[in-house]
Amino acid sequence: MADIELSNVKKSYGATDVIHGIDWHIADGEFVVIVGPSGCGKSTLLRMIAGLERITQGDIAIGGQVVNKLEPADRDIAMVFQNYALYPHMTVYKNMAYSLKIRGVGKQEIDRRVKQVAEILEIGDYLRRAPRQLSGGQRQRVAMGRAIVREPSVFLFDEPLSNLDAKLRVQMRLEIKRLQERLGITSVYVTHDQVEAMTLGHRLMVLNNGHVEQLGTPIDLYENPATQFVAGFIGSPSMNFLDATMGERGQSVNFAADASLGLSGDYSDHEGKTVTVGLRPEHLEIADPSQPHTSLNVQVVEHLGADTLVHGAFSQDALELTVRLKGVQSFSRNEVIPLSISPQNVHLFDKTTGQRL
Amino acid sequence: MLKRVHFGPSALPYLLVAPQIIITLIFFIWPASQALYQSLLIQDAFGLSTEFVWFENFKELFTDEHYFGAFKRTIIFSFSVAALSMGFALTLAAMADRVIKGATTYRTLLIWPYAVAPVLAGALWVFMLDPTLGIFTYMLGSFGYEWNHKLNGNEAMLLVIFASAWKQVAYNFLFFLAGMQAIPKSLIEAAAIDGAGPVRRFITIVFPLISPTTFFLLVLNVVYAFFETFGIVHTVTQGGPAKATEILVYKVFNDGFIGLDLGGSAAQSVILMLIVIVLTVVQFRYVERKVEYT
Amino acid sequence: MIENRPIITFLSHLFLIFGILIIAFPIWITFVAATHDAVRMVQIPLPLLPGDQFFENLKETLTRGMKGASAPPVGFMLLNSLIMAMMIAVGKIAISLLSAFAIVYFRFPFRMAFFWMIFITLMLPVEVRILPTFEVVANLGMLNSYWGLSIPLIASATATFMFRQVFLTIPDELLEAARIDGAGPLRFFRDILIPLSRTNIAALFVILFIYGWNQYLWPLLITTDQSMYTVVMGIKQMLDAAEQSPDWHLIMMTSLLAMLPPVLVVVLMQSLFVKGLTETEK
Repeated sequence: MADIELSNVKKSYGATDVIHGIDWHIADGEFVVIVGPSGCGKSTLLRMIAGLERITQGDIAIGGQVVNKLEPADRDIAMVFQNYALYPHMTVYKNMAYSLKIRGVGKQEIDRRVKQVAEILEIGDYLRRAPRQLSGGQRQRVAMGRAIVREPSVFLFDEPLSNLDAKLRVQMRLEIKRLQERLGITSVYVTHDQVEAMTLGHRLMVLNNGHVEQLGTPIDLYENPATQFVAGFIGSPSMNFLDATMGERGQSVNFAADASLGLSGDYSDHEGKTVTVGLRPEHLEIADPSQPHTSLNVQVVEHLGADTLVHGAFSQDALELTVRLKGVQSFSRNEVIPLSISPQNVHLFDKTTGQRL
Repeated sequence: MLKRVHFGPSALPYLLVAPQIIITLIFFIWPASQALYQSLLIQDAFGLSTEFVWFENFKELFTDEHYFGAFKRTIIFSFSVAALSMGFALTLAAMADRVIKGATTYRTLLIWPYAVAPVLAGALWVFMLDPTLGIFTYMLGSFGYEWNHKLNGNEAMLLVIFASAWKQVAYNFLFFLAGMQAIPKSLIEAAAIDGAGPVRRFITIVFPLISPTTFFLLVLNVVYAFFETFGIVHTVTQGGPAKATEILVYKVFNDGFIGLDLGGSAAQSVILMLIVIVLTVVQFRYVERKVEYT
Repeated sequence: MIENRPIITFLSHLFLIFGILIIAFPIWITFVAATHDAVRMVQIPLPLLPGDQFFENLKETLTRGMKGASAPPVGFMLLNSLIMAMMIAVGKIAISLLSAFAIVYFRFPFRMAFFWMIFITLMLPVEVRILPTFEVVANLGMLNSYWGLSIPLIASATATFMFRQVFLTIPDELLEAARIDGAGPLRFFRDILIPLSRTNIAALFVILFIYGWNQYLWPLLITTDQSMYTVVMGIKQMLDAAEQSPDWHLIMMTSLLAMLPPVLVVVLMQSLFVKGLTETEK
């Protein structure tokens, strides 16, 4: 059991900075997720915590002890790799027992721990098999078993589910969450998949180009994205972004002569400026035609069963807009439907900096 | 080249490379540089005095018609061996690639001569063509041909070519077959649908597609004929009669160990090293190209 | 095969069998010669079918050797060959594994210098630097010894290159996992790398055993003491003696014995042999 403290952690390869100074405290027992597009530096950051990459500047402390110079083996961590990294020539049992054996744990104790973990993960029947005889999901379990058996104070996950098919991924996601809640071990999880990040993490770090875009709980990120990047990254389908001009006294945004949205809150400082408006597809709803509304010209309709996605053109400038409606709904091409959105669900971002207004 | 992740600095890597580096230094680098140095010296017959003569030994070699003859012989010898063994192996491989049943059995029956030492290959052929007792000699005699490679230089050359090529067929066969089996079946099927018969398919599809293998084997066969056939020449003809089979490798040995012309022999070694280096570079260029295209 | 034309298939088989006969004929003649006695072996034409002297000849070559030839009994030379071939194969594999491990898994000063030094040796077969190498071995007092027979042939770049290639294909994550599990370099080498390279080691062993067994020029130069003769060079001594008294039945029996171990290795371990051959040459 341990907390993790990152203080001004930087990484550069020669003159290229890949991590630009990160401060973060991860509490004991917390499950945090680092999420971002590929190449954002999330894996590098995780590997620095693991001790597989050197830290260019700053400190990493685990359980209060600075570990910058410690070998991975001495950091009391365990890691689950994307491709599992199981030793192909060892049985499942030996894979799980290897680190304990190196540590000089007694044979009986090894046996007890391996069997106990195997039971938790329901891999008891495969202990004598070689990794190549297992399916992807089973290998994934063995990789986790290998990590758990060491009883580390920190778990590190490097995109552990990305090699699984969609159905298995959902199932394993749930299992990882249950397991972490049951064991209560501090966990850092890296993924590029925002759904995984939202469902698993107590807290999320959204990383972009080596900079922290936002830190917060999943709901925080969803409801109050700090930047346009976060707003676009979190949520599926992604948020609609439209350019608009801030109206009189900052009480509305105008898209074209025929379309505008009312705002809640005071934006009078921005009057007359061009801003980026963010609208989540699921927040747009069909309006009562007698109330104030805007209109959408339907182009393509996608039926998901539980929801219907409507892609259409909006305002005179034919801005593209995606709407997510509950249930099965039918529209024909070029049908015009009335839309509205509640003012507190309208997100506004600075057009140049992308910061939330 | 190097792993993305690697172990930190310590004395360990030096200890790990030490055995190979020490052996390389003592038995490769040092002797090779000695050969270079000696090639610039002339020693008198009793080994009492040596004189540094720059490139005198090389000049002498290039004006020596014996050396020129050995060079020409080596080239004729090498390409004959390569052509004979590769041609035979290619035909066999094409047949083995055609038949589905028994391809592996044929492979087993054809590859074992690879394991026969060149000297032994030489011994077998010398026995079969022994001027008085040999079975082939007897057969040729019944057709009215008197075989005696101990007197006839051309026959001696033929004998070493046969012995050398015989042993190399296995190797060539193996690589040709592997090359042919690596060609996607769909290509052959497409050609068949386009109306090409077996022979035409071989000439227009299979042979062009295995041309990298062919080139690679050509280089290796030349290397083999240049250097590894020493044992064959030494047992079968000792370079005779009248130097008719004295190839370059044999001449280095003969001039150095028998003739005790250290400088001349060293100069020949240096030239051979240069030839090896050129052939190796050619071979590596091939490997690189192959890596690029696959 | 695409079209079903029995005639062509039949001809293919016919040609293959014909090819095998050509390739195997010298061996058949060798075998036949080894089964006759000295008297039969000087009558022209020589026999094409085996006789009944196989075991007599076997016993004589193994224990007594050939009269007039300056070579020890063949049994003795076979043992020398075996020791030399094993030392070369095991030695080459051992030093190549170690140096490939260092070059692939460590970053250290002069790494590339060492790499090139090993690379250069690839270019120089023993035949072209024979005289100075002989001098070195003579100066080190290694003539007429197993060390002298094997060590100068041990260093070669091919094996190092092959292991380097093998190591490069092993995923980085295995090393990372092993480091997190607490394995140091030597432990990683022993527990992960060696077991994962097992088939490559075996394949290389097959190739190197044959290479070592078939060495000719080098043993010929550095052994003057009959007790160190290897069987492959012993054949040469017998052939020289055959100029006076051609005991072909014994020479051919010796040839048969000399080619048997490597041929058996190739035939019995065919898949390893093919793997070794294709991997070391590329």
